[in-house]
Amino acid sequence: ANYAFSQYGGRYTVTLIPGDGIGPEMARHVKTVLHKCGAPIDFEVIDIKDESSTDAAIISLKRNGIGLKGTITTNISNPQSQSINAQIRRKLDLYSNIVPCKSIPGVWTRHGQVDLVVIRENTEGEYGSLEHENVDGVVESLKIITEKKSRRIAKFAFDYALQNNRRKVTAIHKANIMKLADGLFLETCREISKDYTDIEFESMIIDNCCMQMVTNPQQFDVMVMPNLYGNIVSHIGIGLVGGIGLVPGKNIGDKYAIFESGARNIGSDLVGLNRANPCGFLFTSALMLRHLGLDDYADIIESAVRTTIKNGKCRTPDIQGDRTTADFIDAVIKEIDVQ
Amino acid sequence: LINKRFCSQEVRRVTLIPGDGIGPEISEAVKEIFATAKAPIEWDQVDVTPVKAASGKYVIPSAAFESVKKNMVGLKGPLATPIGKGHVSMNLTLRKTFNLFANVRPCKSIEGYKTPYDGVDLVTIRENTEGEYSGIEHKVVDGVVQSIKLITRAASIRLAEYAFQYATDNNRSNLTVVHKANIMRMSDGLFLKCFREVADNYKNIDYNEVYLDTTCLQIVLDPSRFDVLVMPNLYGDILSDLCAGLIGGLGVTPSGNIGSDGIAIFEAVHGTAPDIAGQDKANPTALLLSAVMMLRHMGLRGHADLIENATLDVIREGSALTKDLGGNGTCSGYTKAICDRLYPSA
Ligand SMILES: Nc1ncnc2c1ncn2[C@@H]1O[C@H](COP(=O)(O)OP(=O)(O)OP(=O)(O)O)[C@@H](O)[C@H]1O
Ligand SMILES: Nc1ncnc2c1ncn2[C@@H]1O[C@H](COP(=O)(O)OP(=O)(O)OP(=O)(O)O)[C@@H](O)[C@H]1O
Ligand SMILES: [Mg+2]
Ligand SMILES: [Mg+2]
Repeated sequence: ANYAFSQYGGRYTVTLIPGDGIGPEMARHVKTVLHKCGAPIDFEVIDIKDESSTDAAIISLKRNGIGLKGTITTNISNPQSQSINAQIRRKLDLYSNIVPCKSIPGVWTRHGQVDLVVIRENTEGEYGSLEHENVDGVVESLKIITEKKSRRIAKFAFDYALQNNRRKVTAIHKANIMKLADGLFLETCREISKDYTDIEFESMIIDNCCMQMVTNPQQFDVMVMPNLYGNIVSHIGIGLVGGIGLVPGKNIGDKYAIFESGARNIGSDLVGLNRANPCGFLFTSALMLRHLGLDDYADIIESAVRTTIKNGKCRTPDIQGDRTTADFIDAVIKEIDVQ
Repeated sequence: LINKRFCSQEVRRVTLIPGDGIGPEISEAVKEIFATAKAPIEWDQVDVTPVKAASGKYVIPSAAFESVKKNMVGLKGPLATPIGKGHVSMNLTLRKTFNLFANVRPCKSIEGYKTPYDGVDLVTIRENTEGEYSGIEHKVVDGVVQSIKLITRAASIRLAEYAFQYATDNNRSNLTVVHKANIMRMSDGLFLKCFREVADNYKNIDYNEVYLDTTCLQIVLDPSRFDVLVMPNLYGDILSDLCAGLIGGLGVTPSGNIGSDGIAIFEAVHGTAPDIAGQDKANPTALLLSAVMMLRHMGLRGHADLIENATLDVIREGSALTKDLGGNGTCSGYTKAICDRLYPSA
């Protein structure tokens, strides 16, 4: 990787795209917390409304090298308009999406201790919007798998495993049915695995994988897969550790990086209610700080959030609490003061 | 216990494909339990090991084909797909031969068999003939492969009609279509459009559309909020196994395949388990509950309830369970326990 950040006098400029739904509220809370712990971050805020603001966002992201982002609504009723979220990832070639699903002490779950990482190819597969209606009532949708991109994501997964002291990588596929496409993905992963003798390699068929995730999730460590399966598996992982409001995520390419919540959701039903759980966004901002090498600040935020959750006195409704988002943020700020 | 009314019914013939590995043992168990319950079923046992036709293609033997055509209903154990023997998966051959367009899997928590989830009671209905499993793939250039997902109006409408009718017939009030139309606008979009059209004719059913990812998340957090889930092939493949996992896996999950000419084949979807075959260790529950589903499909609800209740009682009571359910019982012991429950005096 070859990252270049916009840094001046020890401060970093990060592109902030608040997005829709609860994005703007969450962005505000993240700013408050980052400010409180004195992280040397300045945000360049870009609201995406249309094509020209999307272009502006991409220019800003290229300049700063790093972004923090909420999710932008896709207008499904217009078949021409493509997902802006997918477009940005593609234009910046953010080929890997990483969602670490780790149980949080104090949050009730059905499955006990879970600690797995979903690494998802983020730029090809089923997400190319290559579709056409051959004749009336017959639609073809193309899934593209390339050796180049499979190799790249596989390598990324093994490097991630090495750097994070993980012991195993599992490739998820459906090569028994999609013999060529998923077959290529699987073979490529297997080949790359030979360069990493310290990391165990396994493969699993996607349907069995999903069943295993709800029966024995402890068997998983790092998981790597094509785009659509990643969408499925990451959401199952998020569910296993307690939900959408808790899990962070990031999108990494060779040059740029964008940090988004693990579920990349909008939360339109929670807008303005002051009840969304901000933990996922705070953890996401901590991942962003780590990416900039600001681990000390990341540690402060993570530890303050974890302690606040563990205390149990100030939780949002999604994790069996009855307090507001603002209450939670206040508690986190107090915790930072204590530290 | 055994209601006289059930005993005087006309006997119906059903094609039985015992299958490979543990298939014969679990099929025997089902036959014994059905006989004890006096279910009015006569089994027409056939072998489906593929034969090479004049065309060079492998097909199922004509005796098996004729039997299913005539009886319209079949029950099938697991079939092995020998790798490299030249013929495609038998399951696929059966699906194609009888145009089995929908796979239906009810997933209901089994009291007494503890999993992290309680109160699961949902049904997945999967389109089984097209989608991502169209088999259309090719290499564009070296290192670039293209795989085609095919969605047609005809198949989507047929599935929608079946799904809404299933919900109506089985007293289920809520039907959710699982899709990814934000990314796959045209293909999943067409699928949704067909469902909306059919939904208009079923005002009795509460109809919703939920994204695939949201569905996965919510199933894991709280599966009790779902009732009937319907979806294209790949999503169905994945979600049906995910849901089976909620209640304890493929060893306890029944399944049925619905064909276009009124044919239906019910099956255990687990594998042949060659490691335990012939050792009286297999758990026949999945095949048995599939057979119960078959009875309901045939309108034999009384016998279905009787056998299902006896089975669930035995599982709840817990002393006859096989190893995969956490006990140390045998297939024959478990079968006998169910028969004793059906006929305490025998
Ligand atoms: N930060 C959060 N804290 C607590 N609950 C959340 C949070 N974000 C989302 N949720 C809840 O998770 C569920 C799914 O949210 P999600 O945003 O994915 O909705 P959706 O169905 O995708 O619709 P949309 O994308 O239009 O918001 C909703 O019930 C929402 O209330
Ligand atoms: N009905 C059953 N009763 C008991 N154990 C089972 C049953 N089905 C599967 N198992 C267990 O689960 C394991 C995985 O089984 P499964 O049969 O699905 O795959 P397999 O043995 O590789 O068969 P296949 O030939 O279909 O690939 C088996 O080794 C077996 O121990
Ligand atoms: Mg969403
Ligand atoms: Mg499957």
